Amino acid sequence: MYRTKSGEEIFIIDGHVHNWDASPENQRNIHGKQFIDCFFGYHSALSPKEELWPKAKFEKYGAKTMYRDLFVDGPDDMAIIQPTYLLDFYKKGFNTTEQNAAIVEKHPERFILNGAFDPRDGERALDYLHELKERYGVQGLKLYTAEWKGSSRGWKLSDADAYRCFELCEKLGIKNIHVHKGPTITPLDRDAFDVADVDHAATDFPNLNFIVEHVGLPRLEDFCWIAVQEANVYGGLAVAMAFIHSRPRYFAEMIAELLFWLGEDRILFGSDYAIWTPKWLVEKFMAFELPEDIKKERGVDLSLTAKKKILGLNAAKLYGIDIEKQKKKLKAAANKMAAD
Amino acid sequence: MDQQEIRRQEVLARLERVTDPELDESVTALGFIKDIAIDAAGEVEISFRLPTYWCSANFAYLMADDMRSAVSTLPWVNAVRPLLLEHMYAEAINAGVARGASFKEVFGAEITDDLLEGLRLKFLRKAFQRRQEVVLRALLEAGWTPDAVVGLNLGELGVLVLQAPEWPALRLRYVDMRTRLATTPLGVDDPAFLTLEGAQLVPERLVAHLQALRTVRLNMEFNGAICRGLLAAREAMAE
Repeated sequence: MYRTKSGEEIFIIDGHVHNWDASPENQRNIHGKQFIDCFFGYHSALSPKEELWPKAKFEKYGAKTMYRDLFVDGPDDMAIIQPTYLLDFYKKGFNTTEQNAAIVEKHPERFILNGAFDPRDGERALDYLHELKERYGVQGLKLYTAEWKGSSRGWKLSDADAYRCFELCEKLGIKNIHVHKGPTITPLDRDAFDVADVDHAATDFPNLNFIVEHVGLPRLEDFCWIAVQEANVYGGLAVAMAFIHSRPRYFAEMIAELLFWLGEDRILFGSDYAIWTPKWLVEKFMAFELPEDIKKERGVDLSLTAKKKILGLNAAKLYGIDIEKQKKKLKAAANKMAAD
Repeated sequence: MDQQEIRRQEVLARLERVTDPELDESVTALGFIKDIAIDAAGEVEISFRLPTYWCSANFAYLMADDMRSAVSTLPWVNAVRPLLLEHMYAEAINAGVARGASFKEVFGAEITDDLLEGLRLKFLRKAFQRRQEVVLRALLEAGWTPDAVVGLNLGELGVLVLQAPEWPALRLRYVDMRTRLATTPLGVDDPAFLTLEGAQLVPERLVAHLQALRTVRLNMEFNGAICRGLLAAREAMAE
């Protein structure tokens, strides 16, 4: 819970967190090492100095640290825990749904557990979706179209096999499809994070919501264009948010674009924990105001209402969270934890 | 300065003109160049490292190829070997560029598009837009009206004086890209500012035009900030 200076409570749903194991013991090959090194590069490049972690902690921090960083020291009330499998890079995977389920079972009131599928698995992908629904009751997925698999270097949301999975998602009520569309970590020329495939899928599956993580950067204009056309496309602020510290002017211009094109109802906060921790991100975001010239040129404002929506209300709507009820659940769980 | 050092400086000067296509910034200014080795036979080996192991192979290939052709034009140079370090496709790229193979020849089995010229052009166009935006904004900030701005021709722009110390460099970079993208040779009477499609700017649409250019810049700035940050982090990890 975040409290404003005047005492108002802001309910925070962190739309993008991970509990990964990238320790050397779990790395399958050089790619596994280089992948976490790249994440650590993001962490080092955009964090405030006092928030920097040692490399070993960053590689594997564990569920207890995560709980503390998000909910005890951090302001999150809830968090959407997203999987990233990367089984070609890590022996047990980077953070699979099954691994994430362990922390969610301990704190069910805190987490929304998301699954994933890989359409290149064919029939097995469909079976897996059934399993995710039955075992965990997932309402959402995180898809990573650039994932390697054997000789394949990625896939597209518009692939026929992906469409079969989306059809099943509609049937099973798995409505929220988070898609990683971010900075280029691209094999060869194929731009696996090109956002055009979102356009096709969002048009053909109007009952699903597509949350484009990292707001498609560095293809912001393509993403905005698609989001204007498709009412079921949302923007996730993971990574983009971190610019608020090192490049506030840049952050202002970017968020103003999003407010102008998507509006305040379709933007979701995400810390991308453990690349960044939510405490400083939320504090800086709450204190942030758009410079006058940008407000004037774009005709938008990052008001308190907009901030509340971005930090929690928009995600609550997508995931059917009744905030007042949830607050009671959180209180009951906290009392129980104190009693234990 | 001994001859070796003079040659090193000449190589560096050539490399300054090679840009990262995504960022429109020089590979030397970005800190990509790690080492330049020159032997008595006039063979030059340029070691370079990108911000991550994952940086797109096509960009890496473009840069390696551009380095080779930029340095090859020095009269004393007999061979140029760009050497990409610690990259997932380092071996393939180094071997390919060394034997003058095309990107398609090296990665034929794995790529879907045919490539580099289209990619090169795409990024030249983005660079044009970014460079145009800063020049337009500088003029408006200095008090020029939209009417006056869109009416400028290249001759007038070339002699125009603004207070901002960075103005001459901004103008030079813009005019350079305007010239490179022009399909016919340009004269002083040609309009200074056109859209990417070659249309004349109109005063009423100038604000909207600038807003469109801004999104291009925001993407490039994002890449630039990420790349610099990742490179610094990679250097720190390597220590």
